[in-house]
Amino acid sequence: MFHIIDRRKNPKGKSLGNRQRFMRRAKAQIKKAVEESIKTRGITDIDNGDQITIPGKTLREPGFHHAGRGGDRNYVLPGNKKFVPGDRIARPQGGDAGAGGSQASPDGDGEDQFQFVLTRDEFLDIFFEDLELPDLLKKSLKQTTAFRTARAGYSSDGSPANLNLVRTMRNSLARRIGLRRPKSSEIRELEEKIARLMQDDETLPGADKQANAEALRVLQAELDEAKRRSRAIAFIDPIDTRYNQFRQIPDPNTQAVMFCLMDVSGSMSEQMKELAKRFFMLLHMFLHRRYEHVDVVFIRHTSRASEVDEETFFYSRETGGTIVSTALEEMKRVLKDRYPTDQWNIYAAQASDGDNYSNDGAKCTALLAEDLLPKCQYYAYIEITDEREAEIFSSAEGETALWKAYAPLAHTRNARFALKRVTKAADIFPVFRELFAKNKSEART
Amino acid sequence: MSKRPDNKLLFDGADWDFNSLKATYDAIEDIAINEMHLDVYTNQIEVITSEQMLDAYSSIGMPLMYHHWSFGKRFVRDDVMYRKGYQGLAYEIVINSNPCISYVMEENTIGMQALVMAHAAFGHNHFFKNNYLFKQWTDADGILDYLQFAKRYIAKCEDRFGFDAVERILDAAHALMDHGVNRYSHPEKPNLAAELERERERAKYEDETYNDLWRTLPQAEEDTETQDEQHRRLRREQRRAQFGLPEENLLYFLEKNAPGLQSWERELLRIVRNIGQYFYPQKQTKVMNEGCACYVHYHIMNRLYDKGQISEGAIMEFIDSHSKVVFQPEFDDPRYSGFNPYALGFAMMQDIHRICVDPTDEDKKWFPDIAGNNAPIPTLCDAWAQYRDESFILQFLSPKLMRDMKMFMINDHASAPHLEVGAIHDDNGYRNVRRALARMHDLSVREPDLQVVDVDLRGNRQLYIAHTQHDGIRLDKSEAELTLGYIGQLWGYGVTLQAVDNDSGEILHETHYTPDDFAPV
Repeated sequence: MFHIIDRRKNPKGKSLGNRQRFMRRAKAQIKKAVEESIKTRGITDIDNGDQITIPGKTLREPGFHHAGRGGDRNYVLPGNKKFVPGDRIARPQGGDAGAGGSQASPDGDGEDQFQFVLTRDEFLDIFFEDLELPDLLKKSLKQTTAFRTARAGYSSDGSPANLNLVRTMRNSLARRIGLRRPKSSEIRELEEKIARLMQDDETLPGADKQANAEALRVLQAELDEAKRRSRAIAFIDPIDTRYNQFRQIPDPNTQAVMFCLMDVSGSMSEQMKELAKRFFMLLHMFLHRRYEHVDVVFIRHTSRASEVDEETFFYSRETGGTIVSTALEEMKRVLKDRYPTDQWNIYAAQASDGDNYSNDGAKCTALLAEDLLPKCQYYAYIEITDEREAEIFSSAEGETALWKAYAPLAHTRNARFALKRVTKAADIFPVFRELFAKNKSEART
Repeated sequence: MSKRPDNKLLFDGADWDFNSLKATYDAIEDIAINEMHLDVYTNQIEVITSEQMLDAYSSIGMPLMYHHWSFGKRFVRDDVMYRKGYQGLAYEIVINSNPCISYVMEENTIGMQALVMAHAAFGHNHFFKNNYLFKQWTDADGILDYLQFAKRYIAKCEDRFGFDAVERILDAAHALMDHGVNRYSHPEKPNLAAELERERERAKYEDETYNDLWRTLPQAEEDTETQDEQHRRLRREQRRAQFGLPEENLLYFLEKNAPGLQSWERELLRIVRNIGQYFYPQKQTKVMNEGCACYVHYHIMNRLYDKGQISEGAIMEFIDSHSKVVFQPEFDDPRYSGFNPYALGFAMMQDIHRICVDPTDEDKKWFPDIAGNNAPIPTLCDAWAQYRDESFILQFLSPKLMRDMKMFMINDHASAPHLEVGAIHDDNGYRNVRRALARMHDLSVREPDLQVVDVDLRGNRQLYIAHTQHDGIRLDKSEAELTLGYIGQLWGYGVTLQAVDNDSGEILHETHYTPDDFAPV
């Protein structure tokens, strides 16, 4: 028997399992390639999937094959134009041109590079692997206010909004069958029968009339009884009702807030701002992807500081002088207003070119050391320097005002405070990883 | 052109539906069975989407396949190639099973569906059912069930022993897949009972013939060294007998003899070996198989046209696709990448047809058996059943075809600074060209000749594998080293790869692998 079968509705993606195994296999390479690619792509498309190229070597599927050249061999080619036997031809250089004899294996031995497209999720998963906020969960939970509602079976009383229809109707049906409550269709049937008999009644001859009246009486009695039962036995009785029950479960989900402080003053060139933004963009995405409940506060400053929304923070321009302490003051204010230390894990990241108003350094140090650091789980300072200046600053004398002010803090409170320099886009990802790598506590010492 | 009968067209335009597909199939079947007398498995045509085609691609064309990362690799590569438009998808995939399953893509026009049904459901199908290699090596009735079993079994192993453990074995097995085939059949492995019986008989014979007098005879003065030598030789013979050496089926040898493998690991090797075995005939008959399918579709499509069942437009579309498929670029064309099996196969089938129907004097001299017998299709069917690529070319490649394709032979001696044209398509060259082309399609020449030759049972369990080197052609070094590493993983002890010269029998060089080198790459 011959068949044509329509398989188009069959599930596609039969190769998903294969793809996953391939990703597992290639993980190390993919990760490296992803890190490479992050150096080159713009901020806005970090969030998309990406085409990456991974070296094909570790994905090789070796086998015993003949070498492409060497030895004595002869092979046949099509398309002779002018050759006669005995003609000599220079050996083709490189490649295996004309080696018609050796079937290139389909997976190509010469396949060094291997290209494919990652989905967005795959990309980000790899991108943020092994990163986490340090010391989260540290806060005592005595003040937990968050509750999670969880199902907790069924109960026989509750609010009507939680009525479980399926359970209720199941009970009701059982009870109605058990007590033999007539169905509405049965009552309707009786009524119709009676109506028919009544109609017939007028046309019937005398003898039949009497029989008819008798039948009518019996039916009427049946109907009355059915109606009585139906009234007496409720369709839904209070004993049928079942309610979904919920219980409030205290949620140990920790609350965290990340402060992003960025210098947007005139001394920061566009390029440097771009770098800073890149860093925060990364941070922002990381927090969003990894933690459901992280507040992010954006503060930018020139000689004044203000809290702004995400959009403004990343995309609007502003320029002016530089007083770093204003930003710290602002952070302190927001902390005091909205994020009590006993309920929140507090993190901060600050990006600046290191310039500061000359008298401000001491104030910054004091603010950080006295007010902010004791409250923070972690405070990262990223200094963005021009690539040309980077070499100068690498010497001790070349330290910027802010770096000088902050550096001592890193020694005294090294567990909570870290400073890093970034000079080019390629630095951002390694620095980011360093700041937020798992097991940081060991790495930092 | 003679006027075509005014039959009702099977279809008009490009779109298809299941009714027109069925009607077209029936018309094709009528020609294939009643006119050409092809002998096919029951057909099962399955319509699939391009995505499903990509899926099918990656798992070597089988509808059911176990999971492995290498299939994922193939999938992501094909996916990129397809989406970027570097590569189209095949119009069909056909599976050597009973019933014979052909996948056709929904994107195909009805004309294309007719072409692929004729090509796959009758051409390939007939070949699968009748060629002696397929009859001998593959079990069309059981393959789908076996794949189902393999898939389940491997998934279960992954659950129980973890992805890594399974991947380790499969990687190694895939590397040896080409060498997991019994090229010549083996005597049945003796079972334990038979073995014990033989042992008992031998002891009985010794008892019966025992004569104490022999002991009293003085020992011959023998050189102790030769005695040692003799012992060693004897032990070696014994070992070889015990392991059935030399053994060319490396996977089989490892499955049966590797000391450290778990039984599920042996089963995995067996699965890969069986699948390799299943594909072995296809590798040997690529030219013939495609040639047969192309000849059949060409014949059927032309018959449909002659009978007035398809329109001029449809036949033009067919000719366009057909000529793309059987296009053979010349050697100096940038598109050239070896002989196109479709082109060579189709040209040879058409040529045989011509020789049967309209032979020249030359053909009569070269092919006295078939020239002018006026029975092209029976002649072809006979060839399809009894040959493989190598023997088919050796038997049927005609001087005319060599001239048409302008074939010439290059001698490539590594010692010479130049390549030399050895023969061309002329009277002196025909036989040489033909022999060389046949050798190019001989699997035993194309694939390296490897055998397990010895196992050092009393020492460090070193495994010895010999590569017999023909014409000085070596193995690809880095590939061979990696593969040897995989053998070491399975064997669990050291492995030595010996390159043996075919002519002199001397060992040219040895590559040793000790287990320390087996750390995963």
